[in-house]
Amino acid sequence: MGLVNKMITKTTVRHSLTHLFIIALGLLMVYPVLWMIISSFKPNNMIFSDPGLMPKALTIDNYITGWKGYAGVSFGRFFVNSLLMCAAAVIGNLIACAMAAYAFGRLKFDGRNFWFAVMMVTLMLPGHVTIVPRYILFNVFGWVGSYLPIIVPKFLATDAFFVFLLVQFIRSLPKELDEAAIIDGCSEVGVFFRIIVPLAVPALVTVALFTFLWTWDDFFNHLLYLTNPKIFSVSRALRTFVGDSGAVSNWGGALAMSTLSLVPPFILFFSLQKYFVQGIATTGIKG
Amino acid sequence: MYKMSGVVRFFRRNAVGYLFLTPWFLGFFILTVYPMAYSLWLGFTNYDFTQPDSTQWIGIGNYMKMFGPLFGLSSFTTSIGEAMRADPYYMKSLSVTFTYVFVSVPLKLIFALAVAMLMNQKLKGVPFYRAVYYIPTLLGGSVAIAVLWRKLFEKSGLVNSLLEAVGFSDLPGWITNPRYALWTLVLLTVWQFGSSMIIFLAGLKQIPQDYYEAASVDGAGKGRQFFTITIPLLSPVILFTLVLQIITTFQAFTQAYIIGGGSGGVLNSTLFYTLHLYIQGWTYYEMGYASAMAWVLLVIIGVFTALVFRTSDLWVSYGTGE
Repeated sequence: MGLVNKMITKTTVRHSLTHLFIIALGLLMVYPVLWMIISSFKPNNMIFSDPGLMPKALTIDNYITGWKGYAGVSFGRFFVNSLLMCAAAVIGNLIACAMAAYAFGRLKFDGRNFWFAVMMVTLMLPGHVTIVPRYILFNVFGWVGSYLPIIVPKFLATDAFFVFLLVQFIRSLPKELDEAAIIDGCSEVGVFFRIIVPLAVPALVTVALFTFLWTWDDFFNHLLYLTNPKIFSVSRALRTFVGDSGAVSNWGGALAMSTLSLVPPFILFFSLQKYFVQGIATTGIKG
Repeated sequence: MYKMSGVVRFFRRNAVGYLFLTPWFLGFFILTVYPMAYSLWLGFTNYDFTQPDSTQWIGIGNYMKMFGPLFGLSSFTTSIGEAMRADPYYMKSLSVTFTYVFVSVPLKLIFALAVAMLMNQKLKGVPFYRAVYYIPTLLGGSVAIAVLWRKLFEKSGLVNSLLEAVGFSDLPGWITNPRYALWTLVLLTVWQFGSSMIIFLAGLKQIPQDYYEAASVDGAGKGRQFFTITIPLLSPVILFTLVLQIITTFQAFTQAYIIGGGSGGVLNSTLFYTLHLYIQGWTYYEMGYASAMAWVLLVIIGVFTALVFRTSDLWVSYGTGE
């Protein structure tokens, strides 16, 4: 008995130490983010001098000055722009990637394995190799200065990652279900809508989440195509706080708007954490 | 008649499949194949976005512009008889990017593995901890965090205030000092080890606990267990993560752009490859040159991916752990 007790105590001590270590390291990890959130409520002149987390004075001035935005366009507009753009991107990816994944994962047709291999190659392709001609092409279409260069590719399943993720998921669904439905007179199109889509909801949520997040966080495409302050996304607008020389005139406002820009990803993450973990663990999503 | 029914049967067999693939096919041909072929051609021209009509084939001129300085060329004559200056910053951007990739990717994976092993214990609250450690990854790619990073590592930033509080003095401005600027970006990247950690954690959970018990009965210590059980069994996952990280890290852009204020920073110390490409293509509108640069990047990434796969025979085990 004494030995067992001793072992239990030893394990408890070791576990407590591990907990302590994980918590300490975790605090260090999130400290910059916490500091940003708290500093965004400090008066502008105190941001520099105060490294602590407990603010000596609180103000929402930074949010008021930051919200005014850029070139007469307020941050409210930038948020609406970003949200609508992300919503359109999510819809596009859900439709196009689910369709492609159903074809690759379930349907039988000539050349399926070949095209699947081609799709897997595009997964590894660095996006920059197509960026110049795409820009020239979208310019010919008159799309530069609109959301179309960002949204339209989503409707054409160009995010091979999500096609792959959905193919993996669809292949794991029991085949007997579609076979039974076909015997009952359901068409292959019907199987997609009545069986595959409802069963693939968890994977589709993952796709929607990451599409939203990556479109929200993306900067390169926003920099190229969103050329007019009226259509700026949040991330494109944040860049204007940091001028070309890298100098920031209104740090308080910059930190306040930066903090606000992190709120949507944060809410999504904590409300749908399960899907994040599944998505990352099954496909090794980059990030 | 026979022929007709063959065609009909062909359509019956394939119609639905290709119908569902239509969006993907459109995207693949219009937004991937065509742009790739076009950019390959552009790379051999002097295409200027502001005057596309005067585009001329200049052979390997753009490639000489990139690699000329390696051979001591500062200017040369292209195949159309025009003088062309070699790019004095290309090699710098290459070395900055290589340093960045080859320091931050291994560090990131080591941290991810260490933390994943820490969390792969029967502890309460692991899902919560995992979420907390994922926060930097969740937010880290954003412009907001890049803005924050500038603020943290400025001369009068948070990092220096903290260091001064513990007695350091005469601290540099980490972002504005060319010796340290790149390392702040490395730190920013390593900080975002969250998704690799989650992948490793999922991989670790697949390793049967019996193996460790058997090894410990046989007298193998923790270190021995790590190298003979954990690493071999996790190696396919490590390979996969390594390849993905190499591909994405080579293409890093946002952080360098924001922290350098739209340029390569002081003395181009943070002139990432993609940032240089962007400046050539969209500041100077030399899109022929930018396309050539993009193709070289594709080749570089391809070579390193292939190298990793080639060496994987040596260290990746697909066995059952026997």
